[in-house]
Amino acid sequence: MVSTMQTIFSLHKKGKNKYTVPQFGEKSFDPIPEHLCRSKLDLVDVSEVDVVRHYRKLSSLNFGVDNGMYPLGSCTMKYNPKINDAVASLVQFTGQHPATIEELSQGALQIMYELSQMLCAITGMKRFTLMPAAGAHGELTGVMIIKKYFEIKGERRNVILIPDSAHGTNPASVAMCGFTVKEIPSNSDGDVDIDALRAAMDENVAAMMLTCPNTLGLFDRNIITIAEILHTHGALFYCDGANLNAIVGKVRPADLGFDIMHVNLHKTFSTPHGGGGPGSGPIGVVETLSPFMPVPVIEKKDAQYYLEYNRPQSIGRVHSFYGNFLIMLRAYTYIRMLGASGLKQVAEHAVVNANYLRVKLQTHFNLPYKRICMHEFVINDEGMPGGITTNEIAKRLLDYGFHAPTVYFPLIVHGAIMVEPTETEHKETLDAFVDAMVAIKNEAHTNPEVLKAAPLTTPVRKVDAVLAARKPVLQWEE
Amino acid sequence: MSNIPENLKYTKTHEWIEVQDDYTGVCGITDHAQEMLTDIVFVELPEVGLEVKAGEQVAVVESVKAVSDVYSPVSGRIVEVNKALEDSPDLLNSDPYGKGWIFKIDIKDKHELDELMDASSYAEHVASGE
Repeated sequence: MVSTMQTIFSLHKKGKNKYTVPQFGEKSFDPIPEHLCRSKLDLVDVSEVDVVRHYRKLSSLNFGVDNGMYPLGSCTMKYNPKINDAVASLVQFTGQHPATIEELSQGALQIMYELSQMLCAITGMKRFTLMPAAGAHGELTGVMIIKKYFEIKGERRNVILIPDSAHGTNPASVAMCGFTVKEIPSNSDGDVDIDALRAAMDENVAAMMLTCPNTLGLFDRNIITIAEILHTHGALFYCDGANLNAIVGKVRPADLGFDIMHVNLHKTFSTPHGGGGPGSGPIGVVETLSPFMPVPVIEKKDAQYYLEYNRPQSIGRVHSFYGNFLIMLRAYTYIRMLGASGLKQVAEHAVVNANYLRVKLQTHFNLPYKRICMHEFVINDEGMPGGITTNEIAKRLLDYGFHAPTVYFPLIVHGAIMVEPTETEHKETLDAFVDAMVAIKNEAHTNPEVLKAAPLTTPVRKVDAVLAARKPVLQWEE
Repeated sequence: MSNIPENLKYTKTHEWIEVQDDYTGVCGITDHAQEMLTDIVFVELPEVGLEVKAGEQVAVVESVKAVSDVYSPVSGRIVEVNKALEDSPDLLNSDPYGKGWIFKIDIKDKHELDELMDASSYAEHVASGE
């Protein structure tokens, strides 16, 4: 147990640190005038071995996809192959300053150019920008492009349609750009309600944002009709590509009628989610939207790669330099390692794994949308013995060695538990997950107290979420 | 079964309004609403003087479970807000019809009150699970 884990501050003892900066010894070459020196510096005084042991211990408390299954729906927590990191660690890349001139950056530019081309091939889009630093940043960039498109066209459209199953970032991106959100309900099958969509269409609608497959893990069967309805009214169709993993190599979103989309390199293309970042959310567009892409764009002429800034209709810059380059390298490596046939297998295995789990679990848990799913599915806590809730199931799963699934999302399913196994788990692990879920259900009958107290084996036990929200401690206190 | 006082009017979105005198209404969220939200941890109050239409969003309540908009039951001007909620959002849980009131509104059109539900229709609405 690690409940006695101390903070680095509690290891502080004056005079412990004997470390000297190499080459400088203990004498200062350029003494700072006395009156400019601080008398008190809020740094801990600890020895090197204390520091190493402290942070090594801390790191062992972490749970990541390298520790075990991480079925966090919609986040696609697949295994990140180590070769990605090996390539991204090459000094030829890490040592390159982003301001290096084009002539000396040809390798890096080539990687970015080719990654864009590969994303175009995968999605059917005509041009990609790699600059957005996350999925939501991609959405924002995408909505800015939509806005610019209508501005140049001279049309005033201020509404963007979003289904009720959408990620919360969709309405946020739309609002950031000054559009109004109109929510479109889903029907009882989990598809977009086509009648409601038709009723919502008018000359104010600029676009619809749709996650494909949607957040219920379902492929909308009316997607072609939706695209037709939007295009008939001169509106654009935006694809939230968070769930591209389910269809990568199988269906090109552009062929479904999407005009613009973001992909999450940190989901589908196995780059790390690393504590919320750095991510990467490239945006792809069809030909008509290409002039509005952010600058610079990478072009190729006579086997030379260069950055093009002269694009008068561009929305401008959305990131300093060129985005999160080392993340792009990892995605590039992943795509190169798998090739086209490997990527198809990714989608197939992701979908097979999810359906295997769905069928195994639906005999024990309520499945609100009873359909073949794509890469993820949503069950909930309805009918759990003793009123055991999703929250309690999720916390207890930690004791069984699994990361919890996404909970209470999408919002249209009460007490949602959204499970996404990804393609990288094999049958034995999936079976162990089912066993854990079934064991938890049995505990709800036989020993509900343990579920209410869970988690019991984690470094930090059950957290008082109400107290934490009402009286947050935002600074470390002695 | 949640508490639904007889003397109040209700909305489908689980707000209540109490008409204090001819033109002032006190508004909050119902006992059922606070029960569904569970422990409320934050309330965003409207600005005094804000003009709203019936059904327009005026406040936000946040619980550990969800963030919910609060809509005005009637059109009018916000004349007072319950500042006590900023430090003690739990009043919405402990006393939703009393110390947990959210805002007072200068009612623009009294006829709008006729559109709202009385206690028995609201009880049916809650029972229908919407």
